[in-house]
Amino acid sequence: MNLPPYASELQLCLCHTCGYACPVDAHRCPRCDSMIHRRKPDSISRTWAFLVASLIFYIPANLLPVMFTDILGHGSENTIMSGVLEFWEAGSWDIALVIFIASVVVPCMKFSLLALLLITCQRRSRWAMRERSRLFRFVELVGYWSMLDVLVVALVAALVQFRALSTIEPRLGILFFGLVVVLTMFAAMSFDPRLIWDAEVDDVR
Amino acid sequence: MAVHSDLIICEHCDSLYQRLPLKRGDVARCVRCGAVLERGQRFNLEQLLALTIAAGILFIFANVFPVIHISMQGLSNEATLWQSVDALAQGRITLIALVAGLAIIFAPMLQIALLSWVLAYAYAGRIAPGFKLCMRSLEQLRPWSMLEVCLLGILVSIIKLAGMVKVVPGVGLWAIAMLTVLIILIAGKGIQRLWDELGVPVE
Repeated sequence: MNLPPYASELQLCLCHTCGYACPVDAHRCPRCDSMIHRRKPDSISRTWAFLVASLIFYIPANLLPVMFTDILGHGSENTIMSGVLEFWEAGSWDIALVIFIASVVVPCMKFSLLALLLITCQRRSRWAMRERSRLFRFVELVGYWSMLDVLVVALVAALVQFRALSTIEPRLGILFFGLVVVLTMFAAMSFDPRLIWDAEVDDVR
Repeated sequence: MAVHSDLIICEHCDSLYQRLPLKRGDVARCVRCGAVLERGQRFNLEQLLALTIAAGILFIFANVFPVIHISMQGLSNEATLWQSVDALAQGRITLIALVAGLAIIFAPMLQIALLSWVLAYAYAGRIAPGFKLCMRSLEQLRPWSMLEVCLLGILVSIIKLAGMVKVVPGVGLWAIAMLTVLIILIAGKGIQRLWDELGVPVE
């Protein structure tokens, strides 16, 4: 199959803000004045930094309680996993599955897929480039759904406020969990998917 | 100076293409990496402006009216989006209230306001004052606008509470459901077409 040329071979570079094909020697897009880069600056090290930071925060996010429930003076604290198990045991396997996917499967998948992309790019691997490109788009697409748990805790805590009868309060774990989601989003944003294809080209920086 | 807006560069693999005219519903894909390069326009500027105004009205409904109403042993309570964000603003975890507030209130609000501004001028065939700043902000805001997650969150909360108390969905929920669809239609990457359609000059 006849593949199109790379923009960098023709001394052109994409402006991410307005989509204009800028000359590579420009620092700002001639149309919209945004900063332009041939590749996102320090993409690999920044992405690693955000990824490692989010992994560290993921530990307290799972160990600390995210919610405190008080029903008729009987208080209990829930972590993310115990919330999922409660639903599962109560027979609501469907809702347990939704929460499990959003708060466990999605973040863990994001960690491992981003690490895989980073390692293969650092080794300038030419393995499955098209598929890895698709993987990255998938990571970008599903990443923010992890915010689900944060928003559920917010809504439930805002609603269940019946003083003596029952109250629900957010706890520290939800802060760490939210930060994990934000940090993994930053990680995905700082990764430059064009690096996957740079393995084919020699002198791109 | 040569104008390069008839060229498209794939943002995922840096492939270079000549732009082809697309019909409504057509999708141009990169042959190297399979990413979407460009979509045929679904709406003209007039329709986009109308949808944005509709989104503005729905946004007010979504924020003024409660999204869920619950009652338990004669007591009842309801929560709006703002009250939900406020419930997170407690002592050490206040930071997460800011993130949630950005995701479900401020980002959509700014998107609607900025779009109304640039589209109202575009409708009159003019480039809005501060056009470049508005368009850049719209690009930056897009990943942080999470109304669809909020919608799923409301549904999960309803099911979660249904075992404990009596739950009634509020007007706000319907407004959010419709607003989510509108935001997806109006605030996507397609808005970049304004750069070409308004003929923003290249220095």
